[in-house]
This record gives sequence, structure tokens and C-alpha cells, in this order.
Amino acid sequence: MTNTSQLQSALATPSRRGFLVQTSLVMGAFSFGFHIPHVQAAAPAPEVNAWVVIKPDESVIIRIARQEMGQGTLTGLAQLVAEELECDWSKVTTEQPTPGQNAARGRVWGNYATGGSRGIRDSHLYVRKGGASARMMLVAAAAKSWNVPTSECSVDKGVIIHKASNRRTTYGKMAELAATMEPPKDIVLKDPKTWTIAGKPLPRLDTVAKVDGSQIYSMDFTMPGMLNAAITNCPIFGGSLKSFDASKIANKPGIRKVVAVDGKGVAVIADTWWQAKSALEQVEIVWNEGPNAKLTSADIAATLKEGLTAKEAFVGNQAGDVKVGLAQAAKTVEATYSFPYQHHATMEPMNATALYTGSRCDVWTSSQNSEAALETVVEASGLPVGQCDVTRLMLGGGFGRRAVSHDYVRQSVLIAKQMPNVPVKLIWSREEDMLHGHYHPITQCKLTAGLDAQGNVTAMHMRISGQSILSSINPSRLQNGRDPSTFQGLNPDGNEGVFGYSIPNLLIDHAMRNPPLPAGYWRGVNNNQNALYLECFIDELAVAAGQDPLAFRQKMLRNSPKHLAVLNAVAEKAGWDKPAPKGIFRGLSQHMGYGSYVAACAEVSIVDQKVKVHRIVAATNPGHAVNPQQIEAQIDGSFAYGLSALLYGEITIKDGMVEQQNFDTYELLRMAQMPKVESIVMPSGDFWGGVGEPTIFVAAPAVLNAIAAATGKRIRNMPIQSNSDLKIA
Amino acid sequence: MAQLVINGIKQTVSADPDTPILWVLRDLGLTGTKYGCGVAQCGACTVHIDGEPVRSCSLPLSALQDGQSIITIEALGAGGKLHALQKAWIELDVPQCGYCQSGQLMAASALLSKSPNPTDAEIDEAMTNICRCGTYNRIRAGIKHAAALLTKKA
Repeated sequence: MTNTSQLQSALATPSRRGFLVQTSLVMGAFSFGFHIPHVQAAAPAPEVNAWVVIKPDESVIIRIARQEMGQGTLTGLAQLVAEELECDWSKVTTEQPTPGQNAARGRVWGNYATGGSRGIRDSHLYVRKGGASARMMLVAAAAKSWNVPTSECSVDKGVIIHKASNRRTTYGKMAELAATMEPPKDIVLKDPKTWTIAGKPLPRLDTVAKVDGSQIYSMDFTMPGMLNAAITNCPIFGGSLKSFDASKIANKPGIRKVVAVDGKGVAVIADTWWQAKSALEQVEIVWNEGPNAKLTSADIAATLKEGLTAKEAFVGNQAGDVKVGLAQAAKTVEATYSFPYQHHATMEPMNATALYTGSRCDVWTSSQNSEAALETVVEASGLPVGQCDVTRLMLGGGFGRRAVSHDYVRQSVLIAKQMPNVPVKLIWSREEDMLHGHYHPITQCKLTAGLDAQGNVTAMHMRISGQSILSSINPSRLQNGRDPSTFQGLNPDGNEGVFGYSIPNLLIDHAMRNPPLPAGYWRGVNNNQNALYLECFIDELAVAAGQDPLAFRQKMLRNSPKHLAVLNAVAEKAGWDKPAPKGIFRGLSQHMGYGSYVAACAEVSIVDQKVKVHRIVAATNPGHAVNPQQIEAQIDGSFAYGLSALLYGEITIKDGMVEQQNFDTYELLRMAQMPKVESIVMPSGDFWGGVGEPTIFVAAPAVLNAIAAATGKRIRNMPIQSNSDLKIA
Repeated sequence: MAQLVINGIKQTVSADPDTPILWVLRDLGLTGTKYGCGVAQCGACTVHIDGEPVRSCSLPLSALQDGQSIITIEALGAGGKLHALQKAWIELDVPQCGYCQSGQLMAASALLSKSPNPTDAEIDEAMTNICRCGTYNRIRAGIKHAAALLTKKA
């Protein structure tokens, strides 16, 4: 379609001059659509470059492209820009340009997509250059006005100094002139060892509004004349809308319209959301149930089980000859594991407000990738990209749910088109949110390993069977049918996630089996089950070899010093070499993913068949630590999310639909189950890795290994609550 | 029509009697109180009614009597000043996405009013609100820090 291709060309690679666009040019050439209420998109103050705006009162506005959703990216990115800008941190605020503005300016702010723990690691270079370039232009402006060489000028917290003549001026005074200066060609960034703003555990910039109710989330957005919509989509995967009868609600107060949406759902538009939702329950709807109306979890499990021994599989990592290695082994060990579907369960259910006028379509929503949301608006509205935009509002959680699929945005536009010139806010009920997730994919895994007489692992076959996320969300990105992300953390090389163990004969392969549920990225993604399968099995092998799980791993990680370093750090802090307190059992795990190295030691107790996780010691080497206290918060949070899945999380299917429709049947970790978490943040300074996800990988396997140490029994199917005789304390 | 005292101000509410208090409040513009589950599970909608923490998503307007008092997050701090818990939350950078924190703060303030120096067990029992970002350890530390701030003042 034309609209899509227009958008794609507008969303081309950032121009070389990316961060160097000047005020005069920008203000002359582009109109920023200031009709948007509540959100000031771009201040009319001098824009030194795309990243930095400085007002005459010395306040500094730093533009943030990647999305804040709780993980602290906004503060971290601002720290990086401010570090190079050398401004006064206490005067920094932020703003988020819209994806429409990004498209209109040749994608000057780069990629908005925020997932895969990429918020900082994939944009630190150009945002730091943006800050440095703005500083150099401000200094050049001062030097010009004083008629001195720039090399004689220095900066101290937004004050420009010419020492020889004892003259001083400020960024606020120089901003307008700076905006007209030629952007520098050669930019030398600071050595992180000299950082004074980045690298420090500064408070977040977005905390205050989150403690007094004033933070506006997408759910809270409002505008004059806005109506509210509730929706129900066919709950059976692959089903559609056949017909509906809304005659019962025709005379109910507040009801404005009842509409079909996308051939799959029915929405009621009313004055208030409660009116819409309660009326919707009385609309009689007939569904076309489609081909999956009888589907159950048992059917899916059987499909995956077949894949465990199937002949055909995509290879992810291969060394030596695993068949020969296994045949020659003194001892072989085999185990089969499984990991179920998970729901994101963001605290804020999906929602979006849309206003369609026939010639324009604007959406206000929470998204991890508002450029993709804009693409959805363009497609759904049928309008060119220049006549659409998405205003970014705070997310009540993302975790991957708001990263790729903007189904809620599409529906909001399709509803608004049936109510032109009136803003309509669509809110999914929690039940709708649970029934229409993009679930963490389901997999099973069969592991077979051979040990020699000394207990060395000489061969291992790891066969994963199950769902590919790419096949569900973007099949065009499959590589000859293969989904590379299936092998996260198991790769032979690269910067993302390398398999750390030295095993001479190795085969890791994937039999792709795709049930009809939509799969999506879920915090940690395929690293979660890959780490669980591998790290639990490594513990099983240590037991089979009669060796200590730490020593066993250390020996096999001899060629992977960074994997080994985080493992050793947690072992030391946890006191692995000393006996655990009475009744406490320990388990280890390590993994590499999203560019970072992580390890954990869990301490659990089991009393009266009740398992309690008391303490986690976790280490991460993310290369660089931009805000250490926020990394600690991410480590805490990743354990909460990972342990929630391990202990309780399971989406099951009956009659082609999800059985768990709210938090009474989809239990989540609460305060009483949260272990104490001791973090070790140990950046080695020679690479940039992620921090939002990586420690989640080691949460479940460390706890499972501790449980096995306590009971002598292995739990191989998740979650613990429904697959073992243990209760959760 | 119901007459309620919301954050100290008398208000006449004309919503249907079956409307949950959560939506009554949000439709009045008090959007700090959040919708999370609608079935009293997650606690994002916690407000105080006559001083007691209540999950407002599951309490219909018809259950309240004229003159009953509702306090929401917007009025947690008295006289425009921050509550000790809010100060502690800021000092310890408790929120991540922050969506659940209004409810967490309302549950925590109800706890502190009953038990000025709560034990870990009391915190576990009172703080059953869900946080998907996993801020529980900082919430616990925040409650203890606020308790210390309040004790110092007293």
C-alpha cells in the first residue's frame, strides 16, 4: 500500500547530519502540530540541535527518543546527553518528540523501538555525540562573540569561560547564536572513567509525578468531548464476528453507538467507560468459531512433543559430532523440560485514544515503539503519514506487550473512524487483555549429554521444540524459515548471547512447531526458557558426575572469562564455599543475553512442602553502568517477573481460548513472595550490554537448582505450583 | 444522586448506582486511582473510605451512604504537603512504571496509621497489591523509611 511505503521511506536510516539539524532550518521548514493537548511536543525555545534545547532561563530540555516504561531509560539517556553537554544537571528536563516529527525530520532521532534491552546500549553513541555537538556549538558561539579561539574556552556546568580575559557567559545566553553555528565534524567523546553525571546513581527524573497521582498514563488521557469505548473480540483464536444484536442496550443511558471492529469484535461507545463496558455485556454476539474451536493445551503439548524427536530441525549451534560423542560416552544423561505460555499482565491494560477527522488521524497511547504505532495508525486510517501522528504517553508497563503488536491502536482507529470528529478512548478490560495477549511462546526441550569416565561433558544435544515468535509477528524476517531468536544465549559467537560452555561435540537445534496463539516478546524472551533448560540440565550433569555445581561450571567455562567472572562473583558473595545456614539450600545459574553477562545464586527453604525463596545474589556485567541504582532496580524487578512465571505463571487453552481471564486465576508474585536481592553490578568497560532484562534469565534456573538441592528431585515442567507437590510459601 | 466527601470536598455524584467508586473518581478527573483488574485482586484502585483501605474497582456507588469520606492519592499528603511515604518513595526512587504506586501508597499509609512501625510480617500481610515491575523490595524499604521519618517527627 502507498501509505505504508510512504511511511517506510520516511522512516529511513537516520541522516548523517542526524543530530546536527539547526533551529532556523527546523523552525522554517516544519510545522509541529501544536493542536495536541496536554503534551508540549517541542518548545519554541532555541534548539541547539535535535537533542538539546536551551531556554534563556538556563533550563535544558533533552529530547528522548527511546521509550520510558519504568526501566529508567529516560533518565539514563538524559544523563548521557548531559554528560557530554556539560550542563547543570539540576536544570535538566526531558521531552519526547512524536514519531510523526521524527518521520518529518528524516528520522533525526533514530529508532524509537524499545525492547531487547536496547534503550541505552543501541543509542548511547549518537545521543552522546548529540550532547557533545551541542556543547561544541555553544562554545563556538561564545568564542565567536568574544572573538577568541574556541580552544581557549572551557565549560563548567553550563557556564562558558574564557580564562585569559576572565569572561563568562552561559548556555542560556548563547543558545540562539549556537543554533546558527556549523555543527562540528569531529567529535571526541569523553572517557567514561571521567564521567560525573553518567555512571552515577542519580535519582530518576520521573519519580515525583508517580507518587502523587499526577503522572498521566495513556489510561488517564482525556480531551474535551471525548467518549469511551469497551470492546470484546472473538475469544477463540482464529475466530471472527458473525453477527451481533444490540437492541437490549439501545435505550440505556450514555450509549452513543455500537460498532463492529475489524470483523473480529464489537465495541460499545458511550459517555463513560463503565457505561460502555456494562452495556457491552448485554450485547448478544454470535462468533464464527473458526478452525481452533476445539484446541486444548494437551493438543499443543502433543504437537511439541513430536518435535522433540523429529528428523528435521533448524541448527543454532554445532561443534564436533554429537552422535559420535554420545556413542562413545561412558555415561549418558537425558532429561525433558517444558515451559508454558505466559501473559505479560502489564498493570495498565491496553488502551488508546483516537481522533479521526477524515483528513487527519491522531492517537494518544502508550507504546514501546511509537513509530510502529504510527505505522498502524497509517494503515488503519488509510491516511498518509503526514496526516497522522501518535503522542507518546507514559506506559503502565510494557515488558514486550506494547513493543510490536499495536492491535489496541488499530482497534481504536477503526472505532474512531466510525465516530468521526469525536475523540474516543478505547480501554480493554483486564479480561480482554488476558484473552488477547501476545504470549511468551511455549516450548519443550530434550537434552541428552555424554560424560567421560572423569565426569567431563564430551557431548550434548539440546533439542528445542516449539513456537517461533518471528513466525507469529513478522514471518518475513525468518531466515530461510529459521528464527534466529530461538537460540538466544545459545549462539556460537556474536555480541548478543554466546553459549559459554566448552563441549567438544555439541548440537543445539529447534524443531519449529507453531500453535495458533499469537506469540510475542516477553521480558527476557527466549533466553528465559533457554537458560532454564540449559542451567538446570548442567546441574543434573554435575550431579551425574558427582561434582560440585560451581566447580563443574567453572571447568566448562574455562574459555569464557566473562561468563565465569559473574558466576564467581555471585559464588563469592553468596558464600558458596561455606555451608548454607541450616534448612537453606542453594542453586546457581549463569547466562549471557542482550549483550550482558549475568549469574545468580538462589537460597531457598522447604518447610512442610512449602517452598520459599529467601535470598538472591545476582551479578551483571553490562559493560557500562549509566545509572547503577537503576540497574539495581532492574535486577530486583527482573527477579520478581521471572519468579512470578516460575512459581505461578501459566496460560492454558481450552475450547480454543485462554482459560485464565483475570488475576484470580493468573496469579502473580506479591510482596510476601519477593526474596531479598543483593546485586553486584560489575561493568568491565569494554562493551555496551542491556540491563532491563538480562538478570531475569538466571532467576528461574537458580531457584530450581536450589529446590533440587533441597529435595533431590527435579522439577522439569513449569510452573512449580501446578507441576509439583510443593506449595508456594 | 449521592452526596460524598471526596478529598475533603462535598460532591454530588450522578453516576448509575452500580458504577464502581473507581470509575466515579476517574470520571471526576481523579485519575491517580488506577484500573488494573476490576476484581479487587491487584489493588491499583486502592483508596481510603472513612480511613480504611478499599479496592474501589469492586465497590459500587450504591454501597456508600451519603456523607461518607473518600481519600484518594491526590490528597494523601495533607495541606498540599507530601506524606512521609511519598517523601520516602522519592528518596528511595521506588516507582518504576509507577502505575500501581498510587494503590501501593494508599495501602501503605493505611498500614502505617494502624501500625506505626510495622514488622516484615505485617508488611507482607497488608501489602498485597501487585507490582509487575517488581518494586517490592523498595516498597518495603520505603515503608520502613517513612515509619522512621514519622517516628522522628512524633
